[in-house]
Amino acid sequence: MIHVRQPGIQTTVQDLGRPYWQHAGVPVGGAMDLQAHRIANILVGNDVHAAALECALGGVALQFSTSALVTLAGRDVTASLDGTPIVPWRAFRVERGALLALHTGCRTTIAVAGGIDVPIVLDARGTSLRAGFGGWEGRAIRRDDQLPIGRPSSLSERIRDHLVEARLTIARWGAGPDLLPAYSDAPTVRIIEGPQFAELDDASRTLLLGDSFRIAPDSDRMGYRLSGHALRLTTPREMLSSGVTAGTIQLPPGGAPLVLMADRQTTGGYPRLGDVITADLPLMAQLRPGDHVRFVLTELDVAQDQYRRIEHDLARAQRALQLRFAAGTDGSY
Amino acid sequence: MVRIVTLLPLGDRALVVEVPALAGISARAMMRCLADRVTADAPPGITALVPAIESLTIHYDPLRLDYEALRFYLTRAIATLEIVPETVTEPVVIPVCYGGEFGPDLDDVAAAHTTTADAIIALHSATTYTVAMIGFLPGFPYLEGLAPELHTPRRATPRTAVPAGSVGIGGSSTGVYPFASPGGWQIIGRTPRSLFSPTRASPALLQAGDTVRFTPISAAALRALLEQP
Repeated sequence: MIHVRQPGIQTTVQDLGRPYWQHAGVPVGGAMDLQAHRIANILVGNDVHAAALECALGGVALQFSTSALVTLAGRDVTASLDGTPIVPWRAFRVERGALLALHTGCRTTIAVAGGIDVPIVLDARGTSLRAGFGGWEGRAIRRDDQLPIGRPSSLSERIRDHLVEARLTIARWGAGPDLLPAYSDAPTVRIIEGPQFAELDDASRTLLLGDSFRIAPDSDRMGYRLSGHALRLTTPREMLSSGVTAGTIQLPPGGAPLVLMADRQTTGGYPRLGDVITADLPLMAQLRPGDHVRFVLTELDVAQDQYRRIEHDLARAQRALQLRFAAGTDGSY
Repeated sequence: MVRIVTLLPLGDRALVVEVPALAGISARAMMRCLADRVTADAPPGITALVPAIESLTIHYDPLRLDYEALRFYLTRAIATLEIVPETVTEPVVIPVCYGGEFGPDLDDVAAAHTTTADAIIALHSATTYTVAMIGFLPGFPYLEGLAPELHTPRRATPRTAVPAGSVGIGGSSTGVYPFASPGGWQIIGRTPRSLFSPTRASPALLQAGDTVRFTPISAAALRALLEQP
């Protein structure tokens, strides 16, 4: 069990979401930063689908009532275990009774070997906040919640045994920099042109692709509102609602663009200017209100090549870890 | 069969088939047939099909399916698509308690149309509606067929909380909130029927293309039905 001492601003149980239920209007949801979520799971020996905690900003304190193997992942993570600083992107051992504190972060994944053991609802364990199902009782976690931990895999057990034998709290190995997104508080994010991109007036097109936008305070898991410039179409128009996706940049009537994120609706009725490419969504996911972002156009084939490269890199990292800790090779099995 | 259909990428993992409404052709019938065809014989890698009013969004995984391959498949599928007319299905009956505490905007809607609450109820429950699409919230139906005499603009200030089961009018659409949610539609009644339950075999009560009728019930009947487990 994990005893929640401080829940932070918004901490939810998340996984890879519910892509298969969009026809029924179910938001995909899932972790905002799917790359951080999967890397953290891989490092503790979990399947990438395992449920983990996602913490907005910091101020989270968790007490473990059992020993566990944990990894933190995200941008600007500062954390400590019983007062000793802990770095992200590496597995570490937590002893029974220990207190894990996440001081700062953006969207920090806390992955635990065995996963957060909540029921599967519509094929997934993530929290659907607006509809109030999935995750931990369909809501963000609160002080004194007791979160169950699933049974660790044999790989997780071997990683833990390895740390015990090496007398290490935190692993000497972890995710290398080439596996991590190039997080920044002012990233340049690649987009693909959307259907109404060509309808922007000249000044608006120059602003969208040249200038920096600020993440407005009313941004959340559903979407980020961008402030700094109001954009306009040459001719305002009414749109019929149609499908949208993670990273779709919509233009509501006020002129402040809106970037749709994990908890977006399945359909939207505003003009669609473009879509952030999947490879760069983690950069968006790890922005805080007040951070900045710039957009640059890219092509669909470039975006899909990047997507495939990241998927292959993650699969290779997982295989490498499985090989390193294969049963029988470390002498203990 | 030649159709004026546009295929557009929506980011790097989805594609939109835009099906404009044309004289004599039901965009919905075509989308339903295309969705059935894609479900039956598309190459693997499709994760979701999202029908909307004049479009079908196809989500796919580029690890398994290339954009060009999907586009090629769809172009052929659309060219050879046989459009079967929509079969008339029995409407799903949704009991509604109109007005009072459950429909706080009914009197405003009546006033906006200089008529009585009873006339609004009679008109709203006399129509068979068609589910144009599901969106906004899990299981939320956008219903087509609202009598023009009932078209009413959304509230100037959206409510921060509309209860689950609320029946509303927003512009030329009417619909039912499956969950408590913020919302700007004019709320004219409440139904005890659950429009979405994640634990049911078929979680959404309605899907695009279904037909719906509302039937008035008393506040006592609503309370009795709401109290049932």
